[in-house]
Amino acid sequence: MNGQLGSRFEEGLVHLYKNNGYNIVLDINSGSVHVVDDLVYDIVEALDQGQEKETVIERLSSMYGRQEVQDGYAECESLIADGQLFSKDIYEDAIGVYTKKEPVVKALCLHVAHACNLSCRYCFAEEGEYHGQRAVMSAEVGRRALDFLVENSGSRRNLEVDFFGGEPLMDWDVVKEVVAYGRSLEREKEKRFRFTLTTNGVLLDEEKMDLADREMSNVVLSLDGRPKVHDKMRPFPNGAGSYGLVLPKFLEFAKRRGDKDHYVRGTFTRHNLDFSKDVLHMADLGFKHISMEPVVAPETEDHALRLEDLPAVCEQYDILAREMIRREREGRGFQFFHFMIDLSGGPCVYKRLSGCGSGTEYLAVTPWGDLYPCHQFVGEEKFRMGTVFDGIKRPDVRELFLACNVYTKPACRKCFARFYCSGGCAANSYNFHKDMEQVYEIGCVLERKRVECAIMIKAALACD
Amino acid sequence: MKHIKTLNTVKLQNTVKKGGCGECQTSCQSACKTSCTVGNQTCEHK
Repeated sequence: MNGQLGSRFEEGLVHLYKNNGYNIVLDINSGSVHVVDDLVYDIVEALDQGQEKETVIERLSSMYGRQEVQDGYAECESLIADGQLFSKDIYEDAIGVYTKKEPVVKALCLHVAHACNLSCRYCFAEEGEYHGQRAVMSAEVGRRALDFLVENSGSRRNLEVDFFGGEPLMDWDVVKEVVAYGRSLEREKEKRFRFTLTTNGVLLDEEKMDLADREMSNVVLSLDGRPKVHDKMRPFPNGAGSYGLVLPKFLEFAKRRGDKDHYVRGTFTRHNLDFSKDVLHMADLGFKHISMEPVVAPETEDHALRLEDLPAVCEQYDILAREMIRREREGRGFQFFHFMIDLSGGPCVYKRLSGCGSGTEYLAVTPWGDLYPCHQFVGEEKFRMGTVFDGIKRPDVRELFLACNVYTKPACRKCFARFYCSGGCAANSYNFHKDMEQVYEIGCVLERKRVECAIMIKAALACD
Repeated sequence: MKHIKTLNTVKLQNTVKKGGCGECQTSCQSACKTSCTVGNQTCEHK
């Protein structure tokens, strides 16, 4: 089905852009990506502006020659007929299928320690304490959390549990016990647990590396890049930098880990708006799986990104994308989390509509066993949904999150990237607007840029 | 095609009927935690 209105097309069905010498047309609703020459770029742009076929051909013939324009137009028509260009959004009705499904929980973020041995300056968890007291999770709460997950997971087989904090290695015995308990449940309950660990590395040692490598399906290692950048934002409580301590451990772990899932994950702020250098620093150290998140902070913080920083940040993504292409061609490529995109498969439309699942299939558990919609809502009393002991007592909170999607957010309806971020992070919307149907504008600008770069990289490598 | 190179052959429309099993990874369990990055997740049945 295409979005034709008489002899013209609806606006906003395609996204066109030029980057690094490539002309790219993204058909938003089919996800089809076309690399086109200047002629077809001009044709599609004119059609997107509502011009009619005859007008387009007539106007462009003087520039490209009538036969060439007619040939180019014929290629467009074949894609239109195949649902790969100017395709219509047919998914809004499908959202109902998703929201009416039986509620299941399939992933938990276990806050095993509301305490941390670093004092990172941008920490949304307030040095691990999340607006509350320092605390560690007991094994009893941890085990009960897994029982709660199994009981509420319906027919889902794959269940995910992230050991998070604060710093989870500060409660390592409980991590080990919860992992062992999870494995003991798998056969009996016909479930498979995928454990993940997010750590600052301070307490990482041989024994922890062994268990993490063996039991964790993904391990996230927090590293911000160059030593000065890392040490400025990730100091110990006494102000000393942590780079020198954690880097050798991360290198050792990455070496052991090989191709199994792991990321070194950093945060960039307005103190390092040249963050491509930090990503490349980590790549030069030999890390092959790298993530670098923009800081999310209130504008009162000196490290917060501001609207005026966005051109510089977007330029950094361009620099990084071009360098990644160069290294890939030289046989020394690496993965950058935000530039990963699967054009030949990727998530189904339901996944793209449902987003991260916060408040519905993904919940956070505090050291005391309280349930929140996600790690970023922990400590916000009005979002406390229940406990792992008593279950969910606030179905209204779940309903609030379930009802929120790209079609309920006015800004997302018009955005070409809506099927890549699924409406963005609910916590960011809430924190900046106290309204989950608003969007966090800085995050949106950067998400759109990352999608453009990710597609451009695919285009460049496909055109080699 | 002479003027157009299409990078993918799978259309999102085709996943309406087959998708929705829910077995895939929850995106925040990967490496973001402060944004929402769904487009780079992998389908469990790919």
